[in-house]
Amino acid sequence: MALRPSSDTRELDRDERDEASSGLDRPEGHVDARPYPAGSSSGGEVSALRPREFARWLWRQLTSMRTALILLFLLAVAAIPGSLIPQERVDPSAVFLWQQKHPKLTPSFERFGMFSVFSSVWFSAIYLLLMLSLLGCIIPRLRVYARAVKQRPPRAPRHLSRLPAYDTWATDESVPVVADRARHLLSAQRRRLEVFGAAEPGDEREPRELVLSAEKGYLREAGNLLFHVAVVVVLVGVAATGLFGFKGSAAVIAGQGFSNTLIQYDDFTPGTRFDVSDLAPFSFTVDDFDVRWEREGAGRGTPVNFAAHLTVTDEPGATSYDYNLRVNHPLEVGGASVYLVGHGYAPRVTVRDGEGKVAFSGPAVFLPQDASFVSFGVIKVPGDTSTQLGFEGYFFPTAALCKGQPCSTFPDADNPVLSLIAYQGDLGLDDGQPQSVYVLDKSRMQPFKTPGGNPRALLLAEGETVKLGHGAGSITFDGYDRWVKLQINKAPGKVVPLVGVLAAIVGLLGSLFVRPRRTWVRIRRDTGRTVVEVAALDRVSGGDPAAHVAEVGEALRPAMTAGPGEHTRQEESP
Amino acid sequence: MTETLAQLSNNAMYSATVVYALAMLSHMAEWAMARTLPAVVTTSRSRAALVSAGRTTAPPENGRNAGVNEPNRRTVVGSVAAAPAEVERSDRFGRIGLSLTVLALLLHAVGVVTRGIAAERVPWGSMYEFSITSTLAVSSAYLFLVRRYKIRWLGLLVTGFLVMVLGLAVIVLYRPVGPLVPALHSYWLAIHVSAAAIAGGALTVGALASVLYLVRSAMETRALATPDKPRTGFLWRTPTAADIDRLSYRVHAFAFPLWTFAVLAGAIWAEYAWGRYWGWDPKEVWAFITWVVYAAYLHARATAGWQGRAAAYVALFGYATFIFNFVGINLFGSGLHAYSGM
Ligand code: HEM
Repeated sequence: MALRPSSDTRELDRDERDEASSGLDRPEGHVDARPYPAGSSSGGEVSALRPREFARWLWRQLTSMRTALILLFLLAVAAIPGSLIPQERVDPSAVFLWQQKHPKLTPSFERFGMFSVFSSVWFSAIYLLLMLSLLGCIIPRLRVYARAVKQRPPRAPRHLSRLPAYDTWATDESVPVVADRARHLLSAQRRRLEVFGAAEPGDEREPRELVLSAEKGYLREAGNLLFHVAVVVVLVGVAATGLFGFKGSAAVIAGQGFSNTLIQYDDFTPGTRFDVSDLAPFSFTVDDFDVRWEREGAGRGTPVNFAAHLTVTDEPGATSYDYNLRVNHPLEVGGASVYLVGHGYAPRVTVRDGEGKVAFSGPAVFLPQDASFVSFGVIKVPGDTSTQLGFEGYFFPTAALCKGQPCSTFPDADNPVLSLIAYQGDLGLDDGQPQSVYVLDKSRMQPFKTPGGNPRALLLAEGETVKLGHGAGSITFDGYDRWVKLQINKAPGKVVPLVGVLAAIVGLLGSLFVRPRRTWVRIRRDTGRTVVEVAALDRVSGGDPAAHVAEVGEALRPAMTAGPGEHTRQEESP
Repeated sequence: MTETLAQLSNNAMYSATVVYALAMLSHMAEWAMARTLPAVVTTSRSRAALVSAGRTTAPPENGRNAGVNEPNRRTVVGSVAAAPAEVERSDRFGRIGLSLTVLALLLHAVGVVTRGIAAERVPWGSMYEFSITSTLAVSSAYLFLVRRYKIRWLGLLVTGFLVMVLGLAVIVLYRPVGPLVPALHSYWLAIHVSAAAIAGGALTVGALASVLYLVRSAMETRALATPDKPRTGFLWRTPTAADIDRLSYRVHAFAFPLWTFAVLAGAIWAEYAWGRYWGWDPKEVWAFITWVVYAAYLHARATAGWQGRAAAYVALFGYATFIFNFVGINLFGSGLHAYSGM
């Protein structure tokens, strides 16, 4: 006989409901959690808690299911303002406009971090508490799980017939014969198996009763733990990849080049662990930029395609190669990735001084304001401090009049018009303060005025020249170039969150779809026959234990007496 | 060719909407004819115990031990058994409703597929297209569950929902076939959006089941207080609140990993397209909110005192955030996800 004796002394007599939840520890407040033993401070004691007890109480509260639930809610609610109020990190210009529109609300909103919700103190507090709760929740459960995995299936409850799925019959086969068949069946189903009540070694008498306990579905808890750990890995991973890399962007005019040095960036955010001298020495030129918009039909004006043609050099002296840079097709170079994230117009102008000498000539990057690509920009013409020139205004790619206002009716440059106001005075470039190339500091400048005393708007079609008056010279609108906005990132270790994500999904599937089940087969001699009982218990809903019991019953009945068991309880699936 | 297909797609979508409406009317008739029919009663030990103990709260509807203490055998209570002819009459309209829904689904599928062929790409490049595709997921999910779990009792709510959304889609959201904006030129569009649409379809069925659960569970609670009142009408002939709750949980448990996958696939795509996984764009914020609320739903079901009704409200709240993301952010929002074509 293959049945091993068992010296297990665990109680036979436990209540079925207890059995259902035995085996794994659950956080406080979980429906399956065991109540804390009497005398623990979680009871309604009013007496003062000693600091250590208080700390333990606090920790237990923090790591309870209820707290996790509330923190999840708080996190969801806390994220809402981040989508309704413009965010500094997402769209700084929208923040600026919003603040102009709501001057009263702005100070208090600023105080509460409403323009940077996701890095605000209160959002971080919720998030960190949730992380802490999560860690406090999984670490003990990992330990308990490690122990539970080694445990043998528990003894059968005394009254198998009270379990939700149950079947019984009588047969003339001997106890060991049925038991052997049951053992083969249950192990073939890859269930962990324990046999109780086998005879002592050397005892040749047939056992009067054998009970097989089988268990399956340990992976559910493993999946759940894997998922929760993976959530931590993803969040830590996302935070950590920023540390060793950088993020920057630059607007590059078609025809011009970019080399990967700090001064070529319009903005640059290094991670705290990134050393700027580590910038890889790659460079590229933007040879040209193609863009096409839908011209016909309902989708008129929506972009159809755009691509920048680059010539890339990995490092000085290396042979260069071509790359067709598009959205969804970033360029990988020198450990960094180059993304095409935007584009726009750079009107080319020539500014001449009073004597006709060229004071400025070239393209200036204008920023698109909307889908019609009306673009705003400034042109600064340094010279003698008192007579520096500055221009500020709009570029209309397909200029027209809409309700009396100049506007653009199509994003492509079908009828480009430049509308500028010219200023003279001190540009403020020598203050030593860095200046944005998109903002004109007009505090020490005067606009050129119409005879009526209003600032004079200069309207220029392509190729046109306008005199500024007062012998200050002229400006010519020579044409336009296109520019592309490139984002350049380096995020070493960005596979870490990716791996975390995959682990999270695998864990989640295990945690939702693996169904732990315990099966018992009790075989005993009773008034000259062998009575077999089969019962099963699912520890989560959604399974069909009755079908399992029916299947086991069918396989265990000897062929000739096979038939529907008199006591089979069938469950209807919902 | 493209024109013909696009026209075919439009006609199929109109017809599907009309046939769904007929199915809805048929289910209405099913409900109306069941007005006087008595309850189908589930007997179970736990329920009997609850009734005898005079508890008025809903029975514990926790997913994990529902299977433990609710062996449910359904029997018609003998004393008020209905005339078979009346039962059959109501039932026949239910069957007609179901057949019409199947027919509508076929038309609907033709509409979506021909739209995709006409556009030479996946048919979810605008809000109209996303609407017809995700509603296709709703009705497929429903019909699958009808086969699997006999949930025809959800027919009226599902067809009502489909008529409403498709009506809005063909009247308000409609846009002719157009090219994709360059930001969407990626195979990630197929992965990310189809996962979101299927998850959305399942979440919709889950939310409708939650609504019915709340109604049925309120009825059961009230009936405990007034045991003498006759229990008639369609809602007394659906499965018990506990059964509906279990179904709702299953659907949500299916939808949640898919939604997780959709959000994460979106993040990976964003890394690829825009150089960052996550940028708190409004669409991303609301996807996150939806995800967190449904995670809260799963926790609520496992938290003592939060199962049953409270969990169902959490699920409905999650669904509201999902819908807001789709409607609110597409129409009024800004950000990088401006693909609605509106
Ligand atoms: C970032 C925070 C968290 C997220 C995103 C999260 C997510 C999830 C998800 C999606 C599930 C569903 C899987 C299932 O039902 O088995 C789940 C289950 C679970 N979570 Fe969390 N969770 C978080 C924090 C916590 C915390 C702090 C605790 C500890 C109190 C916790 C304890 C549990 C438990 C015990 C389950 C299993 C529920 C069951 O028995 O079915 N979770 N969690």
